[in-house]
Amino acid sequence: MTRDEIRREVIDALSRVAPEGQYDRLKPDRPLRDQLDIDSYDFLNVIVHLHATLGIDIPEADYGKLSTLDATVAYLAAKLGA
Amino acid sequence: MPSLGADMESGVLVQWLVQPGQQVKRGQVVAVVETQKGAVEVEIWEDGLVDRLVVQPGTRVPVGEVLATLAGAGAPPAAAPAAVVAPAPAVAAPPSIPTLRPPPPAATRVKASPAARKRAEELGLDLTAITPTGPHDIIAIEDVERAAKARAEQPPPVVKPPAPSAEGLAAMRQAIGAAMARSKREIPHYYLGTSIDVSRARDWLTAENLKRSVKERILFAALLLRATALALKEVPELNGFWIDGRFQPSDAVHLGLGIALRGGGLIAPAIHDADKKSIPEMMAAMGDLVQRARAGSVRSSELTDATVTVTNLGEQGIETVYGVIYPPQVALVGFGKIVERPWAEAGGLYVRPVLHATLSADHRASVGHRGALFLAALDRLLQEPEKL
Repeated sequence: MTRDEIRREVIDALSRVAPEGQYDRLKPDRPLRDQLDIDSYDFLNVIVHLHATLGIDIPEADYGKLSTLDATVAYLAAKLGA
Repeated sequence: MPSLGADMESGVLVQWLVQPGQQVKRGQVVAVVETQKGAVEVEIWEDGLVDRLVVQPGTRVPVGEVLATLAGAGAPPAAAPAAVVAPAPAVAAPPSIPTLRPPPPAATRVKASPAARKRAEELGLDLTAITPTGPHDIIAIEDVERAAKARAEQPPPVVKPPAPSAEGLAAMRQAIGAAMARSKREIPHYYLGTSIDVSRARDWLTAENLKRSVKERILFAALLLRATALALKEVPELNGFWIDGRFQPSDAVHLGLGIALRGGGLIAPAIHDADKKSIPEMMAAMGDLVQRARAGSVRSSELTDATVTVTNLGEQGIETVYGVIYPPQVALVGFGKIVERPWAEAGGLYVRPVLHATLSADHRASVGHRGALFLAALDRLLQEPEKL
């Protein structure tokens, strides 16, 4: 899976919990929570969705590594060996 | 037409979910009503047999008007058109979601054993979504357990809420304004706050979540709700309603949960019998309620019978909540963000995760001393998370 594909999966997962987000204007190096107004319940749903689509179990201790879009893609790419 | 808020004057009957001649049970959803605050599923308040549907769908009806008549159990329908649908108490409901969703599909009567009903209620499962496997198409407790297991294995359904319309939001702002103006006008608030070291609670939850699959993970908020419900049992003056010039305590703890809606709305529907829910059950109930609130499918009882409200604004990074009580409730519990702070204890200085908890309470119903006992109980309960 390429980084672009991972990025698309992440945006798909985010757009399910925050459908009104302006994803074309998302700053990839800025915190997702602020830009999309997602809370921990939304975030948990994103993690659950990524687990279902990518098969990656993200431990709670790693949640801090998923703060921005770039960081999330990098984290998942490392996990997938992409 | 039930009053779903002190400021509600009328509602539009959108859809009937029952027919004349049908047996109904207290708590069953019988109709959908569109209010200033959005679509609400109206539950019936008595058992009985539907006699006549008086109001046609699409009609605007003032509060208090008869929507349908019930025949008393065993009585001939024509002779005793006794109870009206949902003579709900005129209590101020928290403002609800403006919704544009289509009405839900017509419900069919669900047959289930009492044990199955109770279990489904505990788990926050919808009986109409459960398939019976036993004889006579009656849902048994095994069916409920199987549905719970299936749900745990599925990713939570993701809800795409309708974009709230400008008028919907304006109506909701108006409803929030009316309820809060009444609160500030009538309720003599007092405010207390305390800092709680949550290192034990957080460590316990971290260890607990390590044992759980992604879908079963518990949010810290579920612990806070559990501790709040138990602390309220110790200080019952904070749990109930101020109605007709006196405090009416509630045996049940129905925790109103402040839920921010995308687009700027706010709603505070109740988690029923929160004091009887374990932490995993609380998490399930919370998830269910948040999703339904954002999808615009809360029930009338959830909007009107919260006995106290909890507001958690920690997500937004603030440390302290100064809450405004929802009338006719008499207290609001607020939680801020968990922050690392220097913490002096027994002559040593440590860095600890600290949570600021506040209580806004109605001075007519309780005094500061009792409010202080509530926050002290909350602190004590959070120091022994394994016992929660």
